Parts: sequence; structure tokens; C-alpha cells
Amino acid sequence: MGDSRGGCCPPMDLFRSEPMQLVQLIIPMESARLTVAYLGDLGLLQFKDLNSEKSPFQRTYAGQIKKSGEMARTLRFFEEQMLKAGLSPSATSVAQTDIDVDDLEVKLGELEAELIEMNANGEKLQRSYNELVEYKIVLKKAGDFFPSAQQSATAQRREMESSQMGEESIETPLLQEQETSTDLSKQVKLGFITGLVPRGKSMVFERILFRATRGNLFLKQVPIEAPVTDPVSGEKMEKNVFTVFYSGERAKNKILKICDAFGANRYPFSEDRGKQAVMISEVSGKISDLKSTIDAGKLHQDRLLRTIGDQFEQWNLKVKKEKLIHHTLNMLSLDVTKKCLVAEAWSPVFAQKQIQEALQRASVDSNSQVGAILQVLHTRELPPTYFRTNKFTAAFQEIVDAYGVAKYQEANPGVYTIVTFPFLFAVMFGDWGHGICLLLATLILIVREKKLSSQKLGDITEMTFGGRYVILMMSLFSIYAGFIYNECFSVALDLFGPSAYACRDLSCRDAYSIGLIKVRDTYPFGVDPAWHGSRTELPFLNSLKMKMSILLGVAQMNLGIILSYCNATFFGNCLNIWFQFIPQMIFLNSLFGYLSLLIILKWFTGSQADLYHIMIYMFLSPTDELGDNQLFQGQKRVQHVLLLLALVSVPWMLLPKPFLLKRQHENRHRGQSYTPVQVTDDTLHSEANHSHGHEEFEFGEVFVHQLIHTIEFVLGAVSNTASYLRLWALSLAHSQLSIVFYEKVLLLAWGYDNIVILVVGIIIFIFATVGVLLIMETLSAFLHALRLHWVEFQNKFYEGDGYKFSSFSFALIHDEDD
Amino acid sequence: MYGFEAMTFNIHGGYLEAIVRGHRAGLLTAADYNNLCQCETLDDIKMHLSATDYGPYLQNEPSPLHTTTVVEKCTLKLVDEYKHMLCQATEPLSTFLEYITYGHMIDNVVLIVTGTLHERDVQELLEKCHPLGMFDSIATLAVAQNMRELYRLVLVDTPLAPYFSECITSEDLDDMNIEIMRNTLYKAYLEDFYKFCQKLGGATAEIMSDLLAFEADRRAVNITINSIGTELTRDDRRKLYSNFGLLYPYGHEELAVCEDIDQVRGAMEKYPPYQSIFSKLSYGESQMLDKAFYEEEVKRLCLAFEQQFHYGVFFAYMRLREQEIRNLMWISECVAQNQKSRVHDSVVFIF
Repeated sequence: MGDSRGGCCPPMDLFRSEPMQLVQLIIPMESARLTVAYLGDLGLLQFKDLNSEKSPFQRTYAGQIKKSGEMARTLRFFEEQMLKAGLSPSATSVAQTDIDVDDLEVKLGELEAELIEMNANGEKLQRSYNELVEYKIVLKKAGDFFPSAQQSATAQRREMESSQMGEESIETPLLQEQETSTDLSKQVKLGFITGLVPRGKSMVFERILFRATRGNLFLKQVPIEAPVTDPVSGEKMEKNVFTVFYSGERAKNKILKICDAFGANRYPFSEDRGKQAVMISEVSGKISDLKSTIDAGKLHQDRLLRTIGDQFEQWNLKVKKEKLIHHTLNMLSLDVTKKCLVAEAWSPVFAQKQIQEALQRASVDSNSQVGAILQVLHTRELPPTYFRTNKFTAAFQEIVDAYGVAKYQEANPGVYTIVTFPFLFAVMFGDWGHGICLLLATLILIVREKKLSSQKLGDITEMTFGGRYVILMMSLFSIYAGFIYNECFSVALDLFGPSAYACRDLSCRDAYSIGLIKVRDTYPFGVDPAWHGSRTELPFLNSLKMKMSILLGVAQMNLGIILSYCNATFFGNCLNIWFQFIPQMIFLNSLFGYLSLLIILKWFTGSQADLYHIMIYMFLSPTDELGDNQLFQGQKRVQHVLLLLALVSVPWMLLPKPFLLKRQHENRHRGQSYTPVQVTDDTLHSEANHSHGHEEFEFGEVFVHQLIHTIEFVLGAVSNTASYLRLWALSLAHSQLSIVFYEKVLLLAWGYDNIVILVVGIIIFIFATVGVLLIMETLSAFLHALRLHWVEFQNKFYEGDGYKFSSFSFALIHDEDD
Repeated sequence: MYGFEAMTFNIHGGYLEAIVRGHRAGLLTAADYNNLCQCETLDDIKMHLSATDYGPYLQNEPSPLHTTTVVEKCTLKLVDEYKHMLCQATEPLSTFLEYITYGHMIDNVVLIVTGTLHERDVQELLEKCHPLGMFDSIATLAVAQNMRELYRLVLVDTPLAPYFSECITSEDLDDMNIEIMRNTLYKAYLEDFYKFCQKLGGATAEIMSDLLAFEADRRAVNITINSIGTELTRDDRRKLYSNFGLLYPYGHEELAVCEDIDQVRGAMEKYPPYQSIFSKLSYGESQMLDKAFYEEEVKRLCLAFEQQFHYGVFFAYMRLREQEIRNLMWISECVAQNQKSRVHDSVVFIF
């Protein structure tokens, strides 16, 4: 389509977005689900929501969505259960015969009920098991401290009595009798409660108990070493065994209530040691019984979960698809007869045939008497932008899309980005040693592409993996640029033959005072290695790189302006050609095009003219003689003409366009009053363009807009050219940094002639190279290349106000996870 | 008045203010309420809410829903958000955030005490408590027989302890006592909160004093209306009013002697901000008063978001969410009981 319409450019898939059309599908009710399912498999339609005014539950298929939501919930429940049981759903789900959705729903319901029942039983068992375990602990611990308490109590009493009785009293049988009698009388009144209390609450528990009984109690707590499982909550927690002694019925009630409030589990306990032993053995017996029951139950549950796990993925996919299908069906509007659904969707023109096939297949498979009908609608709406990218171009298109999605069918800078982006990167990252490291790293990603794309990666790895082809190109170009700069880890090598320069004599005394002489032909590729390490290395390279940056910048900006011409011819906008493209071209080239010309001339002629001087005095005093700075005959006259052209092109850009737009608008309005009927079979583009005409035309706004554009361009021409100097700056920074690491770390360590220092030096060098030069510098050069594309290049032509084609496709289900 | 908050506020409060404003953006809008009001079943409500911030909290609920589940889950979300903010907060914001929950604490204490008085199960009562007002020993409240015990046993450990100084009596607890206790506690709480906000100064003090004054005035009106026809004496009634607010002190004098709703109305209409509330009501009507007050409160709370660098937004957000949960509860109840005609009676739109 591009070739029939455009003219200037050959047809390129990526240059213009796919031609789109709005299609209307009329789908009979009975085959609707299957049709949408097939279209989802195809994934080439973007459905429009025709029921946007209806709330979600008022739509036709709300019930089904609820159903699939319910199924999804059941599946999540299964997943949770499987996670608890330590099973993972098998990735290679057993290929089973396609299960019907209704059957699946029933099956899921049954399984859930079974699982819940099993859980409830298991929980009951588990609870009593936990209780018994706690009981056992209480029996043991309390059994321990009862005798000890008794002992200490008797010892105390004995002490007291002995102090009362004085020296003469020895332990007599009489006294002992007395003791036992007091003990008995106390035991009648005293009661006690034993149990477990969570350790975190034990302090508060004690305090409250103390307050509630006004201190009339004795509390003993012993911490349990290992955390126990709480029977109620089923969580592991640290607990204390406690025994409270109290007196009186009221106190007992209070203590019981407080125990309840603190979630302290009480257990019956007997003072009698013999009984304790019996109880312990009883409890242990019960525990082992319960344990085997629980294990059997667990085994059964595991088996059930495993069978679920085998098909889990398949079911999950099915349910997700189902939900997506009904969401899509909900976007369709119901026909008045209620016998068919009407859908409107954007689709690429090329997909029409495939869609029709899918529709036919669906109507055959669902035994529908009437097939679905597809018809193309004409609309004024701007279609979505759709580029058919592959895994190589996708990442570059992403770079462009991150700035803004191209307007429908506008020239796509992504095409050029594929080459210019890695190239500009390489200009800043020119070192073929580093380039090869980068290349190896990406090659690992690319070789393991299949494996990596199927698994989940971390944030940063994911990003690197997504841009692997960008990095591949970047590394290839930086190897190329590295050869041109002749730098390998900042070392210059003479790979392409010996240097063209040599000393005058063997002693090489005057190498630094007079210089070298040229003995051979010019070094065939890149910078001559003789420059490396010389005093004039930096001035030479700076001048080279600076001029190169200007040349690259002017070339890329010119490309941008030319692309605006392509857009103008494609959309048939003559105004933009005559009053935007041409003056912009003239303005940019009369200033910086001329500068580029001077640079090239200087390189060829070897002249020593001062280019700054020429450029500055071209404006400040155009009439002055050029003197030494003259590069060619008639330069002064040429400069006058260029200056004049530049000055003329500014009002040329600014003034005519708004006035012409105004006249166009008035003409159209006049025309409209005579012929209100629009020409209907107009093509899509011109309609889209004309639709602006129906809006209010405000001259002031248009003029201000044009003014802003003009100022932006004129100032931008200067500042953008200067901005390209970052190519030089970053490349300088990169080479200087790598020199520092090479000379101050590696060579220094080498000089010590000590193996330890050498190893340390090498390690530091490797880390610095990888961390600073390969990672940080790559990032910064990447960012600067990005900026040069987004700001300096794309602002010359790119509107980027389109919206992306987001198709209804099942292929995206997998990505939606989490 | 302004203490250069703009310069230093963001050091500690910036992150949380951003968080709370983000949460606010998740409040249901009038369009949401309109859709919710059209729901036929609770499942519809769940479906609609699943597209809002409540989604993750409701999605794992099995299908026959109950109103209590909906409200419980929505409250859980609020509690989670509150806990997150409290974790991140530094002084004095953390104290401020804790102050917000004291009201719930008072309500919970009263709920449990009343419940035990009527011999309800403690566990059942605990489930009804607002989760924001929970404290460790809350269940022990059931042990207490009178105010003194209540205080000595349990409340002395809680932040409510200082508020109790005025209402410690050895009388046994009864409904009237408890109600008086609630209001005395609330009065002390509001006054303390008010003082605290004044101490913070700046925009916080300005905005919070407005909001708290409104709260105090609303309570004063409610106390008056509820105590009409009871044995509460005028002096006792007067004692329950908070000592600040627009009505303090002259309005309180008038309210204290009111004998019917129209006298209350007469007293209130002298205050321009409340005139509009009462002018909406017909004479002798008090049912719609609650809604009118809620609407006014929501309006004021929303205005708190118009200014930056103050803590009022946290208070306002919590209150707005609570109002939203009340709305959801009302809507779900209406839907569950098929009373859709009454659905608009008590719903207060927030935006």
C-alpha cells in the first residue's frame, strides 16, 4: 500500500505500520463462543468495547465470567493446597482429551468438596493430636516441678519451724504429723490449674492474674524448649507451661475466664505421681494412634493432590481462556433479534483471509446453519499502529515505542534505529577489546535463547535478555569503531601493517621535539598506532572525533528532515513540504551543512584554516576578509548567499503556513455550506486527515503553535548540533578511563615483579573493566544514544501520538501470570 | 501558624503522605456506587469490587457470599493499610496514627462490657469488635464486674487508662452506666487528641482542630438527642460534652437544657455551618440527621486532602474508608435482603 500511495520510499514492512481496517463481524449466537476462541488462537483482532456504558454485571455473559472466576478461585485453592503439601504442579501436563467447560466446572467442584472434607477431617485429627502433644508436655513439665515445689516448700517450712522452735527442736515424729495435717487442710482449699500459654503473652497473663486475684495466687511458669503447634490456630508458637495455685471458687472462675481470654489451653493434671505415669503412657499411646491415622489421611490427600497437579496447568489454561473469551464476548453487542452478536474490531488488512477461514472453521465445527459474516467498515477513527516485528527488530521497535507509539502509518524511525542506534553507541564505546567482551556476553544469551525465554528471569536479566539483539549489534559496531580508533583495552595494535611513521634516525632523539617522518603509505584502516602515547595524541583524536561527531549529527538530522518529507508526501500534505521541509532543509544545511562541507574540505586539502573563526565571523562580520581561513575560491560570496538563505528561511517557516491553513479552512467551510454531503468512498487516510477540518479553527492557537515550532527548530538546529558533541565527549571519557585502568593498575602491578601484587592488580583490573567500563559505560553510552535518537533525531519528524494494536490473543495468557 | 512544614515535612512524612494519597485514589467513586446500587446479588457486588482495590481481598471467597464476609474483607484491607502505615511511621506521626484507633478501642470496650452484661459469649463478641481497636487483654474485660475493676484489671495497661480518671465508680455496670462511660471516655479522648494536634501545630493543628471540632459537636448533638426523655440530669448531660468545638461553651448551655428535637434544632441553627444541615430536615425529624452529618463530615474530610504537608490526611483517609465500608455494608444488606428501594437511604457518596 505504501508504494501505491507514497512514492519516495520503497515498500518496507517496518517503515509504515500495517494497513488496518475496521471489520464488523456478525456471529450467530450458537457459534459465538467457538468463533471467539478460534479468533483468540489467531490473535489478529482488537475488539472494540461496544458495551462500555454497561457495568460488568449487566453484560450478556456476566454469569459465565462469574463461573470462570469461581473456577479460577477453586484452582487457586488447589494451588495453595499443593503448595502446603510441598507439591508443585507438573510442568508437562498430561495431554488429555479436551475437557468440556461444564464438565470441568463439575469436576472442579467435586474435587474441591472432597479436598475440603479431607482437610476438615485432617484438621480435626490434627487438632486433637496437637492437644495431646501439648498435654504430654504439660504432664512432663508440671510433673517435674510439682515435686520440686513440694520439696522447697517443706524445706522452707522446716526452716521456719526450726527458727520458731529454736535449737532444741529436732525433727520429731510429732512435728511431722503436724505438718501433714496442715498440708491436708491447705490442700482442701487450694486448687490449681495447669496449662500452656503463648510465651509472648505470658507476662501480661501473669500480671492480669495477679491483679484479678489481688495477689492471692501462686504461679509457676516453665518455658518449653521447642515451639509447639497450637491446636486452635495450627501455627507453631513458643509457649510456657504454667501452673496456678489459687484458693476459692470465685478466684477459680476469674482465672478460668482469664485463661480463655489469653488463649491458654488448660489440661487436667493429677498430683499423684502414679496417676501421672499412667496418664503419660495413655497419652503417648493415643498420640501414636492418631499419628498413624493422620499419616494415612495425608497419604490419601497427597494422592488426590498429585492427580490434580497432573492436570492443573491444563485446567488453568482452559479456565483463563474461558474467562478471556467471555470478556471478549461481553464487548460485543447483541443484535435486536437476539440471534446474533455484532462485533467491531480492528485487524490488519492482510489478516482478512485468515479471519474468514477461522470464521468458517468455527461455523463448521459448531454445526451452525448460518456462517459468521465479515464486512469492512469505513470510519474516521484513527486505526491502531501495528508493526510486524520479529525477535530481532522487536527490541529496536521497543526503543522507539518507549518514546511514543507511531501515528498510524507515519514513517517509523525504528527502521533506521536498527543501524544508527548501535552505531552511535559504538562511536562512544569504541574499543574492540571491550566490544568482544560484550559480544561474548550477548552470544551466551543468544545461544541459550530457547532455554532462557521459557523460564522466569530477574528484573535486570530480563531486560538484558530482551535487548540481546540490540546489544549484539552494539557490540559488533563497537568492535568496528574500536578498529577505527585502534584501541583494544586502550592499547593500540598494528594489525593492519606497520605504522606509516618512523623516527628520523635510529637513536630517535628528536622524536618528541621535531616529530616523526612519514616513511610508508598511510595506515590502511583506522588511526595510526604511532599516535598512541604521543604528546599530540589527545589534540589529534579530539579534533578528529569532534569533527566526526558534527558530521554524524548533521547527517542524522538531515535524515530526520527527509523523513518529514516522506511523511508529507505520504499523507499528501503539500503545505508541509513547501513551508516546513524546504526551509528547514535550507536553514540546517546553510549553517551546519556548510560547516560539514568545510570540515571535509579541510580534511582533504590539509588546510590550517580555523573553522570556529569562519563560522563565528560569518555572522558577526560577514563583510570581513577571510585571510588565512579561506578554503576555496569565492568562499566569501558563498557565505553571503548562505547567510541570506538562512535568514530568509526563518520567516518562510513561520509566516505562510498558518495563513494558508486559515484559507484552507475557510475554503472548506464555504464548500461545505454548498455541498453538505460528504464523499463517502473516500479513502481512510484522507478521511482521517480531513476530520480535523470539522474542528474549530483558531488562528491564534495555530499561529502560536507555528511560532513555537519555528523557534524550536531554529534554536534546535544549533543546540542539537552541539548536542551531538556528546559522541566525542563520551568516547574521550571511555578511552581515558580505560587508559587509567590499564596504566595505573595493570602496568603498575606488572612493574613490581611480585606475583601477589600482580594477581591483585589483575583482579582489580578485571573488576574495574567489567564493572566500570563494560557495565556502567555501556549504560551511559546507551542512554546518550537513546537521547540522540529521541530528541535530536525524532523531533524532526516523529509525531508518536498513535496507539498500539493490542490484539485479543491466547498467546498472551502465559505472560499474564503474576 | 505555619511552621515551615513544606521544608521539612517530607523528610519523615513524605513517603507516607504519598502512600495515603495513593490509597485515597482507590476510594470508590459515585460511578462505582451507581453500579453497586444496581447489583442484583452479592456476587454481582463481588464482581464489581473485584475491579477495585478490594479485588485481591475478595477474590478467594467461595461463592455464596454473606454481607459479613464482604464487610470483614473490606475492613481487613483497611486494617492492612493502616498497619503498613503504622509500621513505616516515625514520631509524631505514629502517635497520631495510634490516636485514630482509640475511638475504636472505646467502642470495643463498651461492646464487650455490654455483651458480658447480657451474658453473651466472649468469643462471639470478640469477632464483632473492630480490628483496629483491639488490644492484648481485651478478652479479659469479661472478668470485670464494675468500673473500678475494669480499670484496675485491664484498662490500666491500655492507652485509654488516662481517660478513665473521670468515670471510676464502684457502681455495678448497667446499660446506662456503660453508655455514660462511653461518652465520658470519648470526651476525654477527643480532648486529648485535640490537645495533641494543637501541640503538633502548623497545618495539622489547623485542619485537625476543624475536623475534631466537628466530631465533638456532632457527638454533643447526638448525646442531647439520645438523652432526651431519659433520667440523665442536665448537669450530667452537660458534663458529657467535649470542652472544645464550635458549640463550646454557649451552645452547650443551650443544648444542655433542650427537651425535644426542635429545641435542639433551634440551638443549632444559630451556628451557620450547622444551619445548612438542619435546614435539610423537616421539623421533628431526626432519622435523617445521621446521614446529613455524615455527608457534612465526608465533605470536610475530602477538603483535608486539598492541603499538603499535614497529618490530617491520614485521619481523613481512615474516616473516609470507614464511611465507604459502612456504605458497602448498607448496599450489601439491601441487596441481600431485597430492599433495593432503600439502598440510597444511607449511602454517602464520597466523590
